[in-house]
Amino acid sequence: MITVTIDGKEAQVKEETTILNAARELGIKIPTLCYNELLEPYAVCRVCTVEVVRGKRTRLVTACNYPLRESVTVHTNSDRVKTLRRMNLELLMAQAPDAEIIREMAAELGVTLVRFSAKDPTNKCILCGLCVQVCSEVVGMGAIGMRERGSKREIITYPDLCILCGACAKFCPTGHIKMTDIGGRILHSELTLGPNAAISLPFRQAIPNVPRIHQDYCIHMKTGECMLCAKVCTKNAIDFDQKDEFEEIDVGAVIVATGFQDFDPTPMKQYGYGKFPNVLTAGEFEQMNNAASPTGGKIVLENGKEPRSIAIFHCIGSRDDNYHKYCSRVCCMYALKFSHLVKEKTNAEVYELYIDMRAFGKGYEEFYHRLLEEGVNVIRGKGSEVVPVTRKRAGEGELLVHCEDTLIGKFREIPVDMVVLCTALEARADAPDLARKLNISVGADGWFIEAHPKLAPVSTTTDGIFLAGACQGAKDIPDSVAQGGAAAAQVLRLVSQGELFLDAAYAVIREEFCSGCKMCNGLCPYSAISFDEVKKISVVSTAQCKACGTCVAACPSGAIVARHFTDEQIYAQIEGVLA
Amino acid sequence: MSFEPRIIGFLCNWCSYTGADLAGTARLKYPPNVLGIRVMCSGRVDPGFILEAFRAGADGVLVCGCHPGDCHYVEGNYKCLRRIPLTKTLLQGFGVDSRRLRLEWVSASEGALFKDVITSFTEQIRELGPLKLKEWNFDPAMPDVVYAGTKLEAAHA
Repeated sequence: MITVTIDGKEAQVKEETTILNAARELGIKIPTLCYNELLEPYAVCRVCTVEVVRGKRTRLVTACNYPLRESVTVHTNSDRVKTLRRMNLELLMAQAPDAEIIREMAAELGVTLVRFSAKDPTNKCILCGLCVQVCSEVVGMGAIGMRERGSKREIITYPDLCILCGACAKFCPTGHIKMTDIGGRILHSELTLGPNAAISLPFRQAIPNVPRIHQDYCIHMKTGECMLCAKVCTKNAIDFDQKDEFEEIDVGAVIVATGFQDFDPTPMKQYGYGKFPNVLTAGEFEQMNNAASPTGGKIVLENGKEPRSIAIFHCIGSRDDNYHKYCSRVCCMYALKFSHLVKEKTNAEVYELYIDMRAFGKGYEEFYHRLLEEGVNVIRGKGSEVVPVTRKRAGEGELLVHCEDTLIGKFREIPVDMVVLCTALEARADAPDLARKLNISVGADGWFIEAHPKLAPVSTTTDGIFLAGACQGAKDIPDSVAQGGAAAAQVLRLVSQGELFLDAAYAVIREEFCSGCKMCNGLCPYSAISFDEVKKISVVSTAQCKACGTCVAACPSGAIVARHFTDEQIYAQIEGVLA
Repeated sequence: MSFEPRIIGFLCNWCSYTGADLAGTARLKYPPNVLGIRVMCSGRVDPGFILEAFRAGADGVLVCGCHPGDCHYVEGNYKCLRRIPLTKTLLQGFGVDSRRLRLEWVSASEGALFKDVITSFTEQIRELGPLKLKEWNFDPAMPDVVYAGTKLEAAHA
């Protein structure tokens, strides 16, 4: 341990500690620009220059990479340091006049006059080389390099080597390097989150609530380098060797609760979704309203201003012969909730454009009436088009909504600032795949089919598989909770019984007729038929048999009997109905 | 009196029978000529059933199962798919127009399709006219052939 005195404060530090770290421990701020604690100090910007007094000698050194080896006194804010810093900032201002951080630092130090001419007034790069260092040391790709010397020095890139990880943009101190999403969809700027971090929580309430590494984005997974997260994790919790694992779990029952997906309104060109940034889907609007959203729950337009008027379009993609014929059931009520939120948070006018107001639940109709009293404009007629306003008037919105008000029998054009599209709930695109795996059925609309619409609304045609929530059909939260509870109860019934009751219908092989031809063995999709090598006959395992009867129809000796569907019973039925 | 065909429909329990149910609950209207017989799977439909249906006086036989790939029993409908053309050949041998036998896939959600299938098949059988099979002089031994299983069972009972 050695003793250092920085600006009059004394500290005990380990040998080889840099002045910068020692000062930080003492709470003394030394300005830095090209320093990053995750990288080896490069000391190129010289902003952190301080004065070191050793005996009678005084030296100017860069704090970020000057290791303390003996007791010294450091001045971080002496006149000499200040003068030098100002000069340094003047030079940096000339090099990168457009960099905000440099302008701020200059203003802080009182640098007003820049005596050197700027080469490029739009430049932000200070040639600190951090990007070069990151790309070669951390990422391990070396896609960025330097060329020439002195005033001709410049950064060059090797695009072939770039893996688009974004590390250079992240480390660039002046914001000169940017990641831009070329050709991306226009979305509300607040909602644009940019490229995802490779390590993040899947979502807020995730269980277990621990971050995970996304293999597609992780630099380490691509190049084998980086590992910065492991470096900063004090608990050594990061394990790069983890691999995807497949676990097989034996279960006695399955509840399918895969939910729905949002209808994508992009194909409905008339609403301008994706074209006008202030046309949002209900999901995006809901996200904006969330207190944890990028806007902090504020309802704002793309330009950050509060909207003066909002139109809410019902039935986008639902109750529509071209998309989904069914009613999505939840939209009317959440659209009314949106109106309420808008009225609560802003002074905007709200227009609800509906076909029929389906306030079907407990307290829903009352809520609808409450909103009418709050002054929401409800217009009976589906919004037909959203176009930009051609003749702008002060105080009016920039999107023109066309609709027919069927109650007054007139076409209306309403200028609004924002349009919210209440998109249909639709079955997940992968529902048919899951249905095939689970041997359950999918209806024409894509929803899973229950065993019976009235008598078995949570069961499926496959024993032990139950449905809950919107995967079975569009439904709201109370209904989903109720169905989930019912499905859980059905499963518990099976579990608490402890034993499985088999259907009385199954196939039986009459030993005396079986010739042992094994024809049936390969036919059984459940492998319920095996061959008894001793008796030289086939045997049905009744627990495995599902009573399809394929083997019965195929048995050349008529030795297999499908209980409850015997040949005699079916012949009798044929005779009976034709008699 | 106009000819009212009598058609036997073998409907699989999981798709077509449920589809027929749906057509009913949806109040869809279709001709009452198809007399449905429930089997667990279209794979259960023994060609013998079809022959017996014609022998017993049916003018047409309709077999309905789940769509290929959607069978409740994984692949029973494929077995059926292979048996039907074979049975058609057999029917032709007996002098029965093979159009009197039809295989259709109707899923549990396709009540409307069920209606369409029943309507079009009834129309087709109506056009083909009554099957005069019963007027043939059957060998008294004939039922024994068809009833092979029953007879055997009776013998062992």
